[in-house]
Formats: sequence, structure tokens, C-alpha cells
Amino acid sequence: MHELSIAMSIVKIAEDETTKAKADTVTKIELEIGVLSGIEIDALNFVWESAVKDSVLENAEKIITLIPGKGRCADCDTEFDMENIYDCCPNCNSNFKGILQGKELKVKSLEIIQN
Amino acid sequence: MCGTCGCGSENNGPTILKPGEENHHHHKHHHDHDHDHHHHSHEDHEHPHTHHHHDHAHKIVEVEQDVLQNNKVLAARNRGYFEAKNIFALNLVSSPGSGKTSILEKTLADLKDEISFYVIEGDQQTLNDANRIDALKVPVVQINTGKGCHLESDTVYDAVKKLEMKENSVLMIENVGNLVCPSMFDLGENKRVVILSTTEGEDKPIKYPDMFHTADICIINKIDLLPYVNINLETLKNYALQVNPHLQFFEMSATKGEGMEAWYNWLKSNLQ
Repeated sequence: MHELSIAMSIVKIAEDETTKAKADTVTKIELEIGVLSGIEIDALNFVWESAVKDSVLENAEKIITLIPGKGRCADCDTEFDMENIYDCCPNCNSNFKGILQGKELKVKSLEIIQN
Repeated sequence: MCGTCGCGSENNGPTILKPGEENHHHHKHHHDHDHDHHHHSHEDHEHPHTHHHHDHAHKIVEVEQDVLQNNKVLAARNRGYFEAKNIFALNLVSSPGSGKTSILEKTLADLKDEISFYVIEGDQQTLNDANRIDALKVPVVQINTGKGCHLESDTVYDAVKKLEMKENSVLMIENVGNLVCPSMFDLGENKRVVILSTTEGEDKPIKYPDMFHTADICIINKIDLLPYVNINLETLKNYALQVNPHLQFFEMSATKGEGMEAWYNWLKSNLQ
């Protein structure tokens, strides 16, 4: 259940950013999470409430943008969609690939109320 | 409550201990959790709002920050320290019970006269593993993560300071037994070693792909049990290579000593 420590890191980022902006509450937080990032969205949602309790995020609306997985085959250069990290090239079946997107795990933006 | 260390509950924080030390001092952490002075409710705010209503006090901050950035920064600090002291650091990960500690014990017992070793043990509770290493007269610290399911780079940094390592050494970091969570947390290691035993299913690499994707080395342990278990090593390796075609394999039995030589040679070759 590493999602709890991920949620706590998100709270820490939000706390730091609101302090910098001299704000004390966040109304909306936008997250970008890749499908290959290793995060279970259900698990993150499950721990969210206890993680944000008594923090600047307590009443924030959480918006998660899922980033689909994309890879490029290292052997035949085909670009393909990835659902799992072990998906092979649909053209030549090679397992050698670069992951172009889908590993993202970031706080994109915060909507804050300034003092 | 914090999933890393259980901050907020007095008994759950990670503790870093050497064998023989008492479990009484508090941990230091590079991330703090100041939750108390942010109490805020809509009622006492001057501009009551809903999520559908925007007024002038609202502002969008484009953060664009990696959630794991703090862990990555501290991992980079560990890595720089290891590099400066020519320390070869390994992060050993596996499910509970695959034989991480047994492999460590066997390796240390056989090589400790040739190689200077240090060990960091990660478990939720107990000094048991550190005591097993301490019995071999190898310097060790135990990190008890409390409720935490994985090690993070800041706790490893504190443990490393406590070890006072000499140059030209090997540091073995035995992570918490868990094939899921530790995969996302870089500790600053040179190589990540994932351990599987023959009593586990051959499809484990695709059931827990993230760990195999981030590993460099895959040890298959308990090969002495092969006659009794229904597992095909080639199938297992093919699954692992499907996840990560760069994986290098070692097959061994830590209890019987079979196959240890190739692993030892690899360790020594990395210390040059």
C-alpha cells in the first residue's frame, strides 16, 4: 500500500506550494498519473481522505488525468499503445522498447485561495 | 498518518538500530508533516465558495512536480556518497520468505575475509535479521519501518550515516519483503537485485511486473527444491525477460551452496 506514502508526498507538495504562494487552502488539485506508473487509482482514492485530513488539501477537489502508455520498439521502431509494462511490440514481438509515456506521477496544478 | 513512517502514531515511526541498542530513540526524517496549523473551514472564510464558483481570490499554480521528487533527490545524494567512497550498493527486493537473508548470510560468511561488507536490514518489526548478520561480525543496522511497506531514500541515508562505512566496500540493503511497493523507491543503489524462489509461481514476473522492470539482476533461489516443485525455470525466465529483457540471472541454493560461485564472481567483478 505505497499509495499512502504517495498521497502523503502529494500533501507535502501542496503544503509547500501554498506556503510559497502565501495561501492556506487548496480548492482543486490536478494530478497526472500514467497507467504504467505503478499506482493503483482505487488504492489512492481509498487512502486519500485520511492522507489529506487536517491538511491544505482537506477540502480540495481531486482531478486525476490518466496518461495512457506508449512505447517505441527498439528493434523495428514501431510506436504502440501499452497497457502493461511487459507488452511487446505488436509488429515484431520484440521485448526491447523505450517507454514514451505512461510512467508519469506528478502534481500538475493547484487552485488556491490567496490570503 | 504517514505511510512512510506512521508519523502521528507514536509507536509506528521507523527506527534505526544497531544490534544491542535499545529501541527507544526517535527517528529523524527529512520530510516533515506539519498538519496542525492548516485548519480551515469554509464557514470562517471571508469568501464562501463552491467548486463551481470562481472569484478573484482563486489562483492556479502550475506545479508540474514529480510526486517522487523528494525521494529521488535524496537517492541521488546517497548515490553520490557511494560513488565518492567507491561503495557498491545493492538493493535486495523480494516477497517475504524467498531467502533474502539466507542469501546474505551465505554470501557474507563465504566472502567477508575478501570483501568489506556493510548491511542495512529493512523490516516492519524486530531486530531478528540484524542479529543474524551481527552473528557473522559484519556491521549492520536495522531499519524498522513500523507500518511502512518499503524503504525510502531518507531513512537509508540516516542508516548509512550510522554505519560509518570504509571506502571500497559492498553495501547490501535488504528491503522490506514486498514485491510491489519497493519498486517505486530509488534508494541510490548501484544495482537492484530481485529474488524469486522456486516455490513461487513461474508467472510472478508478469504478476508483479514493476519490480522486475526496475531490477538489474534476478536471483532464482532454492534450486535444490526443483525436484519437488512444479516450476519450469525456462518459463519463469521468459516471463521475466518479457518484462525486462536486460535482466541477468543467477540460479542458486543459499542453504546448500549450489550456484553461489557465479554470484560471487559477479560481486567481485563490480568492486574493481
